[in-house]
Amino acid sequence: MNLLTSALAGLIFGLGLIVSGMSNPAKVHGFLDITGNWDPSLAFVMLGGIAVASIGFFFARRRTQSWLGLPLQMPTARDIDRRLVIGSVVFGIGWGLAGICPGPALVVAGTGIVEGGIFVLAMLAGMVVFELIEQRKQ
Amino acid sequence: MIMDIANFTPVEATLGGALIGLAAALFMLMNGRIAGVSGIMGGILRPVEGNMLWRVAFIFGLLVSPALYSQFASLPAIQIDSSNVLLIVAGLLVGIGSRYGSGCTSGHGICGISRLSFRSILATLLFVLAGMATVFFMKNLVGGA
Repeated sequence: MNLLTSALAGLIFGLGLIVSGMSNPAKVHGFLDITGNWDPSLAFVMLGGIAVASIGFFFARRRTQSWLGLPLQMPTARDIDRRLVIGSVVFGIGWGLAGICPGPALVVAGTGIVEGGIFVLAMLAGMVVFELIEQRKQ
Repeated sequence: MIMDIANFTPVEATLGGALIGLAAALFMLMNGRIAGVSGIMGGILRPVEGNMLWRVAFIFGLLVSPALYSQFASLPAIQIDSSNVLLIVAGLLVGIGSRYGSGCTSGHGICGISRLSFRSILATLLFVLAGMATVFFMKNLVGGA
């Protein structure tokens, strides 16, 4: 059952990215390009997303188990550390370069567009590099 | 700053955003998890028993979403202007950065801000500003992003 709801969540997420226009890297660039022809659409995607998700999180906050009886795993980290700051800036640079972040990357790859596949493979390689660095630290 | 009225689509953006928010809410209430795409993907590379299939299922849902959408309407245009080399560099940075910073646009931007997490609000500000600075740099100093 939890696999079904997981796939359903991924599916609705992907449909949302397509409907919102965020599966189009050129449109994301339009938002990040504030000195050019600025397209504020992405801000409205965030607003719509946050408005609906906050209702869900409001109800989730009072629970310890999910509706399916699974443990509710709310993040507990609170500290602002170097990892958060450096990681977010590096991610932002990559996002700015191609106008693609992880969700839309998978949607674009799902359409069969070769560039989407190339990006997803490079992103996975980046995640492998992260794991290797983490393992070396231990 | 000039507003791009021709390409500005506030209604579709808000509706699509609401769908993304619905997916995030459902995922927390049903599966008890944050719908953060980089975290869900990255977790596959750190195998823990009983903690793999739901990740694959979520990614599967994302991958097949365009096929389902195209049953009802024609897919909106997808325009990628980057060269393959740029795509690879960008992908590497997105992969490393999102894992090191514990999240991307979905995990920090949608879920984190909805939880009023100060960490996520800061992370979102940082990656949006870094993205804007990168586009500015590519356009004005390198010549064409």
